[in-house]
Amino acid sequence: MAVPALANEPLLRVEDLRVEFPTRRGRLTAVDGVSFEIAPGEVLGVVGESGAGKSLTGAAIIGLLEPPGKITGGQIVLEGQRIDNLPYHEMRQIRGRRIGAIFQDPLTSLNPLYTIGRQLTETIRTHLPLGETAARERALALLRAVGIPAAEQRIDQYPHQFSGGMRQRVVIALALAAEPRLIIADEPTTALDVSIQAQIIALLKRLCREHGTAVMLVTHDMGVIAETADRVAVMYAGRIVEIGPVREVVRHARHPYTVGLMGSIPLVGRDVARLAQIDGAMPRLNAIPLGCAFNPRCQKAFDICRTQRPDLRRVGPVAVACHLFDMPPADAGRPP
Amino acid sequence: MNRAEAPLIEVDRLVRHFDVSPPLLNRLFEGGRRRILKAVDGVSFAIRRGETFSLVGESGCGKSTVARLMVGLYRPTGGDIRFEGMEIGGREGSANRKLVQRRMQMIFQDPYASLNPRWRVRDIVAEPIRAREGRLPAAVLAERVGGLLRQVGLASADGEKYPHEFSGGQRQRISIARALAGKPEFLVADEPTSALDVSVQAQILNLMRDLQRQFGLTYLFISHNLAVVYHVSDRVGVMYLGQLVEVAAVKALFGRPRHPYTRLLLDALPDLEMSGRGRTPVAGEVPSPIDPPSGCTFHPRCPHADARCRGERPRFHVHGEAMVACHAVEEGRI
Repeated sequence: MAVPALANEPLLRVEDLRVEFPTRRGRLTAVDGVSFEIAPGEVLGVVGESGAGKSLTGAAIIGLLEPPGKITGGQIVLEGQRIDNLPYHEMRQIRGRRIGAIFQDPLTSLNPLYTIGRQLTETIRTHLPLGETAARERALALLRAVGIPAAEQRIDQYPHQFSGGMRQRVVIALALAAEPRLIIADEPTTALDVSIQAQIIALLKRLCREHGTAVMLVTHDMGVIAETADRVAVMYAGRIVEIGPVREVVRHARHPYTVGLMGSIPLVGRDVARLAQIDGAMPRLNAIPLGCAFNPRCQKAFDICRTQRPDLRRVGPVAVACHLFDMPPADAGRPP
Repeated sequence: MNRAEAPLIEVDRLVRHFDVSPPLLNRLFEGGRRRILKAVDGVSFAIRRGETFSLVGESGCGKSTVARLMVGLYRPTGGDIRFEGMEIGGREGSANRKLVQRRMQMIFQDPYASLNPRWRVRDIVAEPIRAREGRLPAAVLAERVGGLLRQVGLASADGEKYPHEFSGGQRQRISIARALAGKPEFLVADEPTSALDVSVQAQILNLMRDLQRQFGLTYLFISHNLAVVYHVSDRVGVMYLGQLVEVAAVKALFGRPRHPYTRLLLDALPDLEMSGRGRTPVAGEVPSPIDPPSGCTFHPRCPHADARCRGERPRFHVHGEAMVACHAVEEGRI
């Protein structure tokens, strides 16, 4: 059930988040000033290519950044409580209980040595005040809810006895075990075949609707975003370049990178001799260009793009970080 | 026969089985039986010169095994592969294969695993030239390699670098340059863009199309991504559990899919146009190819299956513009 936490408080608020990796040759900024909110029950898609910082943003929120990466700026607020600076044991209680996680490869989330029933009941009992029998009942109900046939028998099997699609269902059951308010799903369908992908997405959507769970869906697959998300954030080189209702972003992309990205996706029924092509590649973290990070690949770049970094600004129903949308034309003399 | 009309490649009832039995001693003492994985089980198709023929299907359907059989990385268990009418598949074909081997090349899925990390790019690209033409003066070789690198959108100077200095998309360009170095007529591309980001995928697909135009290449394109297949193909074959279930021209296949499995795949496509169509999730999963279902192997997932489908394996028949292996389509039930 969706319980509004505080009248106007979003479920999750990320403000000016910065994730850095110290290296011998200086600090690399992988996530650079990312801000967004997720409302209760909302699905926010985060899309971008490898190295855009989308997975790191998700990992920062659940407190699972791989060292030496660390949060060096901004804050993460869950239901009014700041969680980015919590000690390890407190974050552990939030993880699983209030934020669930689903990763790309179901095998990394499941322990191969334990039956899935044991893993589920352990998770349930860690977070909910239930006895062994009640926890097992709940585990069975969860397995049925995620569509595992013959759950009574399957509950005592090991992960290797499940197919890829079935394993991902088990992982979803695990993520939902303690009824978290937010689920971070990082490429949940990427390892699956298309027909299984559709099953998993339909399942995730149904469960979130029934439980009022909000989802941050991290993926490179625009198709998955288009049919699942309410809003979408497009990331490039560690920053959000465009964010807004999914329909707007998909159909009327505004940022030149989003436009290029959408045009480069082959579609059944779209007859083009050549796909739209964004030349070049996303910059490496140690070579992010001055000004707008996209400017060397942008056909529409002009002087200011090479010197000044654009901030997200509201353009109609969306927000875009691009100097093309500066109104009135910004004067070049403004300090960055 | 007219050279342009005759198929460049013909595949006739191609079969490849893998023995996945437990070791002999285990079988003797534990009573395990032989287990045969029928990765490719009677596949027939033809590819015309200059066209792109794609095989599409889910993991484990045998599409990559077909690709490897084509270039000779596996030997067929049965059936024929003919290149310009010359048998190159079976035991008799091995002498012939040597003659045509250099006229075909392959591009692999993983650009991180398919390039030798200890070789400089110029040596990687020069290898097929050396194999084909023997020793050449260094200057001539360097000129050829530089030309190939420029052709795939890299710089001649990139030849001095090692593969790890390149991104995934650039590595796939190197793979393509290496493939072109052997001056092939037939290129087998096994999921060439699956490991790449979409914007890089677009670059590689555009490059492959340009090269096809320029050199009149014939492609066998293997992919699980229907949208990519729609974009690149002239004709498409849909595979399921080691067998082709439908072959048709790309427009016919996507416009009017006949086989229930093809329909299932198309229904499962994500809706990027946001028409509100919503994809239909399909029940069930691909069964194990070690112990495939009887009759039509798709029958446990098929909404149109009847007793005949459970008992009798459907044969390929011409249906309108398509070739379909389905009893229900043949009987006009769907």
